[in-house]
Amino acid sequence: MIVDRVEPRENYLNADYGIKSWLLTTDHKRIALLYLVSVTLFFFVGGVFAVLIRLELLTPQGDLVQAETYNKLFTMHGVTMIFFFLIPAIPAVLGNFLVPLMIGARDLAFPRLNLASWYFFILGGLIAIWAILAGGVDTGWTFYTPYSSSYSTTYVAVTILGIFLSGFSSIFTGLNFIVTIHRMRAPGLTWFRLPLFIWSLYATSVIIVLGTPVVAITLLLVAVERILRVGIFDPALGGDPLLFQHLFWFYSHPAVYIMVLPAMGVISELVATFSRKNIFGYRFVAFASVAIAVLGFLVWAHHMFVAGLSVYGAMIFSFLSYFVAVPSAIKVFNWTATLYKGSISYQTPMLYAFGFIGLFTIGGVTGLFLASLGIDVHVTDTYFVVAHFHYIMVGGTIMAYLGGLHYWWPKISGRMYPEGWAKLGALVIFIGFNLTFFPQFVLGYLGMPRRYYAYPDEFQVLNVMSSAGASILGVGYLLPMIYLIWSMRYGPRASSNPWPATGLEWRTPSPPPTENFKETPVVTWEPYEFRPREEMEVIGKLNINDESG
Amino acid sequence: MAKSHSTVLAHHFDSIEQQREASSLGMWIFLVTEIMFFGGLFTGYVVYRTIYPGVFAEGSHHLDITLGGINTVVLITSSLTMALAVRSAQMSNRKSLVIFLILTILLGLTFLGIKLVEYGHKFRDHLVPGFGFSYPGPEAGHVELFFVFYFFMTGLHALHMVAGVGVLTILLILAGRGLFSAEYYTPVELAGLYWHFVDIIWIFLFPLLYLIGLHLKGS
Amino acid sequence: MKQLPLFPEQASTIAGRVDALFYFLLIITGFLSLLVVLLIIYFAIKYHRRSEAERPRPVEGSLPLEILWTVFTFGLFMVMFFWGASIYSTLAHPPEDALDIYVIGKQWMWKFQHSGGQREINELHIPVDRPIKLIMSSQDVIHDVFVPAFRVKGDVIPGRYTTLWFQATKPGTYHLFCAEYCGTQHSGMIGRVIVMEPAQYQAWLSGNVIQQAGALTPSPVMTGEAPTSGTPQGSTSPAGVTTGMAPGSAAPLAEAPGTGAAEGSLASAGEKLFRDLGCITCHRLGTQGRGPNLVGIFGKSIALQNGETVVADENYLRESILHPQAKIVAGFQPIMPPYEGRLSEEELIQLIAYIKSLK
Repeated sequence: MIVDRVEPRENYLNADYGIKSWLLTTDHKRIALLYLVSVTLFFFVGGVFAVLIRLELLTPQGDLVQAETYNKLFTMHGVTMIFFFLIPAIPAVLGNFLVPLMIGARDLAFPRLNLASWYFFILGGLIAIWAILAGGVDTGWTFYTPYSSSYSTTYVAVTILGIFLSGFSSIFTGLNFIVTIHRMRAPGLTWFRLPLFIWSLYATSVIIVLGTPVVAITLLLVAVERILRVGIFDPALGGDPLLFQHLFWFYSHPAVYIMVLPAMGVISELVATFSRKNIFGYRFVAFASVAIAVLGFLVWAHHMFVAGLSVYGAMIFSFLSYFVAVPSAIKVFNWTATLYKGSISYQTPMLYAFGFIGLFTIGGVTGLFLASLGIDVHVTDTYFVVAHFHYIMVGGTIMAYLGGLHYWWPKISGRMYPEGWAKLGALVIFIGFNLTFFPQFVLGYLGMPRRYYAYPDEFQVLNVMSSAGASILGVGYLLPMIYLIWSMRYGPRASSNPWPATGLEWRTPSPPPTENFKETPVVTWEPYEFRPREEMEVIGKLNINDESG
Repeated sequence: MAKSHSTVLAHHFDSIEQQREASSLGMWIFLVTEIMFFGGLFTGYVVYRTIYPGVFAEGSHHLDITLGGINTVVLITSSLTMALAVRSAQMSNRKSLVIFLILTILLGLTFLGIKLVEYGHKFRDHLVPGFGFSYPGPEAGHVELFFVFYFFMTGLHALHMVAGVGVLTILLILAGRGLFSAEYYTPVELAGLYWHFVDIIWIFLFPLLYLIGLHLKGS
Repeated sequence: MKQLPLFPEQASTIAGRVDALFYFLLIITGFLSLLVVLLIIYFAIKYHRRSEAERPRPVEGSLPLEILWTVFTFGLFMVMFFWGASIYSTLAHPPEDALDIYVIGKQWMWKFQHSGGQREINELHIPVDRPIKLIMSSQDVIHDVFVPAFRVKGDVIPGRYTTLWFQATKPGTYHLFCAEYCGTQHSGMIGRVIVMEPAQYQAWLSGNVIQQAGALTPSPVMTGEAPTSGTPQGSTSPAGVTTGMAPGSAAPLAEAPGTGAAEGSLASAGEKLFRDLGCITCHRLGTQGRGPNLVGIFGKSIALQNGETVVADENYLRESILHPQAKIVAGFQPIMPPYEGRLSEEELIQLIAYIKSLK
C-alpha cells in the first residue's frame, strides 16, 4: 500500500470549520458527505423495519406484532429504503462527490441548487419520519388505489408529501448532473473518454428528469383525492384504479434503473481498476446505459399482467421487457471479458464487484422469469418477486454502493480503511444476503404471497432460513459502519492514487482541495489507460507482429 | 466590461459563455420536467374524457368562455411584452426593459385576477369539489371529476403564474439597478423562456377545459 | 421431505405447461449464469496479480463477440417470450363451455356464487376435469385470486369484471390466497378450493341448494321443467323467455335431473329484480320496447350510435346498467337512468346472470 506520511496542507475537509460551514456549503464534496450521513441514517431506520419484519415471519402465526403494525412495517421499510436510501445513495453520495472530480470541473454547474436538493431531501425525509412516528402508513410503498386513496386510515397524505419533496431533490440532482456533464468537461475530455460511471449517471439523470415529475403529480392526485374526498382513482366515485397503476409504474419501473444504473457504473470502474484493464467493449457498455434509460420507459405495464390488461397489450409489454434485458446482459458479458488477461487483485472493492456480478446476474435472470407472461401469472405478487428485486436492489445496488464507498474512501476521507476487516465484512454480507433471499425464490414459486404477516405452516422452514440469513446480513452491514468511522481517525493516510487507477479524480490529492484541481487538467488519453501512451503504441505494433501467426 | 464579467461569473465556471450555456441548458431541462409534470395530469384528463365524453362536455358548459377567452388574449399579450423585455435587455435598453417587465407583471396579475373571479363564481355555484360540491342530475359524480381536473390543472397553472410574477418582480428590481446589459442578460432570457412555457400550458388548457362540445351546444 | 417442498403441487391443466417453461428457463439461465460465474472464477485465478508493477496489455473490444452475444441472448429471450405468451393466451381465453362462477372480493373475505344460486364464503367447491370460469369483482379495494396449485392468478378490481379460468385435474383441497395487498387482514383473506369428483360435486350442489334456497331465497317454485340434457347449451328454456317465468333452468349447473337446483338460481333472482326495478317496461322480452331487446344479446356484437361496435360481455352489461349513457345502442334514445349506487354487486351479478340466460 502506498501511503503518504505528509498531511495535505489544505483540503475540502479542513478548509473551514463549524456546523455552519457544513450546512451552508455549496462545495459538492461536502454536500456529498451531508448526503452520506443522511442516507446512512435512513438505511439504519429501514434496516430496523426489516429486522422486525423477519422476526415476525419466524413463525406462521402473527404473534410478534399486530397485523396492522406489520403492514406499516413493510410499507415503511419500502418507503425509506427506496425513496430515502436506494434512489439517492449512489447518485447523491458518490455521484455528487465524483462527477466534478471525474470530469475535471471545479464544482457542479449549480452549486446552490445542489445544496437546495439536500434540504429538500432532508425536509422530505423528516416529514416521512414524522409520519412514521405519528402512527405510520400501511399502504405498501406502491400506494395502490383505491386502498391508499379511500380506505387506509393511516398517514398516507403526510408520507406522500415527504416523498413529493424528496422528488424535488432527485430532480435537482439529475438536472445538475446533465448540465454539468454537458457543459463542464475538462478540455480534451470527449464523450468517449468519459468514465463509464459518468455515462451511467448521465443515463440515470435522464430517467430522473423525465420520470420523477410524473410520479410526483400522481401521488399528489392521491393526496388530493384523500383530502377532498373526490373520485380520481376510486371507482366508487367514478375513477379508474388502474390509471393510478399506469402512472405510478411509468415512473417506478424506470426508478428501478435509477437505482441500478449508477451501480453498474461503479462496477465498471471497479472492474477496470482492479484488473488494470480497459473495459472490454467500452462503447457497448456506455450505450447499454443509454439503451436501458430509453427502453426502461416502455415496460411499465409488466407490473400489471394479472390486472386485466388486454392480451395484446400484455404481449407487447412482455416483448419489450425482454428487450430491456439485453443491454444488462451485454454489460455482464463485457465485465467478464474485461477480466481476460488482466492483472486481477482481490482487494475489497473488487470482492464487492465480484459479488455484484454474481447477484445481479441472479436478479437479472429471475427478471426473465417475470417477463415471461406464463410464469409471471403464477409468481407475481409472491415472494419470488420480493427475492428478485432484493437481488437487484440489495445484491446489486447496495453491493456496488459499498464497493464504491470502499474504493473512493481514500479520496473522500484521505484515509485507508482496514483491508482485513473490510474483506470479512464483504464476505459476511455476501453469505448473509444469499441465505436471506435465496429461500424466498422457492417460497414464491411454492405460492407464498408477499405482504403476508401470517402464513400456512408449510412455508415455515424456508422463512426461518431467510430470517437466520437476515441476522447474518445485519451483522455484515454493521461492520463497515464501524470500521469506516474508525478509519477516519486511525486509518493510514492515503496517497492521491492508492490503487493505482486512471480517472481524473486520482490526479488530485486525497482529500482534494476545495477547488478540486490546482489547475484545470487537459485530457489527452483514452479512458482506462493503465500504461503510458508511448508504451502502448509500441505494444500495438508488437501485437500485430506477435499475434498474427 | 471586464469588471461586469467578474461580478456575474461564478467561481466554478471558466467563462461567461460557459456559464450562459449551462444556465440555458438547465432551464430547458427544468421545462422538460414541467412538461412531464403537467403531462401526468393531461393523461389523466384524456383518459377520463374518453370514458365520460358527454359528462365532460356538460361540465365544460359551466365554464365562462368569455372570461377564459379574455384571459387567453391577456396571456398571449403578456408573452409579447415579455419577448420585448428580453429584446430590450439584449439592446441594453434599461428603460424599455423596465417598462416591458412592468407591463408583463401587470398582465400576469390581470390574468390571476380574472381567474380569481372565475373561481369565485364556481364557489357561488357550488362547483368546487371538496368544498360543498353539489350538482343536480344523475351524473353529479363525474361532473365533479371534471371539476377536480379543472381546478387542479388551472390551479397548478395559476401557481406557476404566481411564481412567474415573483421572478419578474425580482428581475424588475435588478433591472432598475442596471444589472442587465447586452453582455449579461441570461436571467431575463431564462425568465422569458419560463413565461412562454406557462403561456403555452394555458393555450392547451383553454380548449381542453372550456371548449369541449362547443359545437354540440351550438347546434 | 414433506417439511421442505421445492415445487408446488400440479393440479390444473395449465400447471404442467407453466412448470415446463419454468424448468426450461431454470436450466437455460442456470447454465448461463454458471458459465459466467465459472469464467469469472477462472479468470480471477488465472490472471491473479503477481506483482504490484504488473501492467497487462490492453485488450480492445471485439465487435464479432458483441454481436454474437447480443444476437444469441436476444434469440434466447424470444423463445422465452413466445413460449410464455402462448401460455398467457390460453389463460386469457376461457373455453366456451366453462362453468361460470361469480366471485366478489371484499375486505377480507371471498364470496362465491354458483349459477344455481349456491353461495359460499372462503370456500369454493368445483368439479374436477371441467373448465371453470370465475367472473370476479370487488366491493371495495383491489384483491387477487391466487391458487398456487393451479398456477393461476387474477386481480379482482372494483368497478369492473375480470375473469380467470382453470380446469382442475386432481380432487383435493388447495390454498386460495389473496395476492394483492388489501389492508389489515390481507393475510387472513385466504380460502380453500375443494375439487370434487363430478358425482360428489352434484351431491354437494343439491345438498347445498336445498339448505340455501330455504334460507336465502324464499321465492316460490316456479319452473317445472328440469332439463334432461347433459350439455349446458341444451338446457335453455324458451318458455322462460316469453312467459316471464323463471328461466333458471338455463343455468348450466342444473344438469342433474330432479335436484331442483334451478329454483334459487342467480338467473331467477335476477329475473325477479328485472321485474321489480321495472326494467321490463322498456326492455320487453321477445318484442321491441323502448330499450333494446335483451334476448340472445350476450356475447353478440352490438352496433353503437357513434358507429362503433362492442361485444356485449359482462363488462359491457355492467356499464350499460350503471352508466347507460356511455355507449348507446344504435337506434335508441339515451333515456335510461343510471343505476350506479342503486345496486349491490350481488344484485348486478343476478341481473347479468339473468340477461345471459335469455337465449
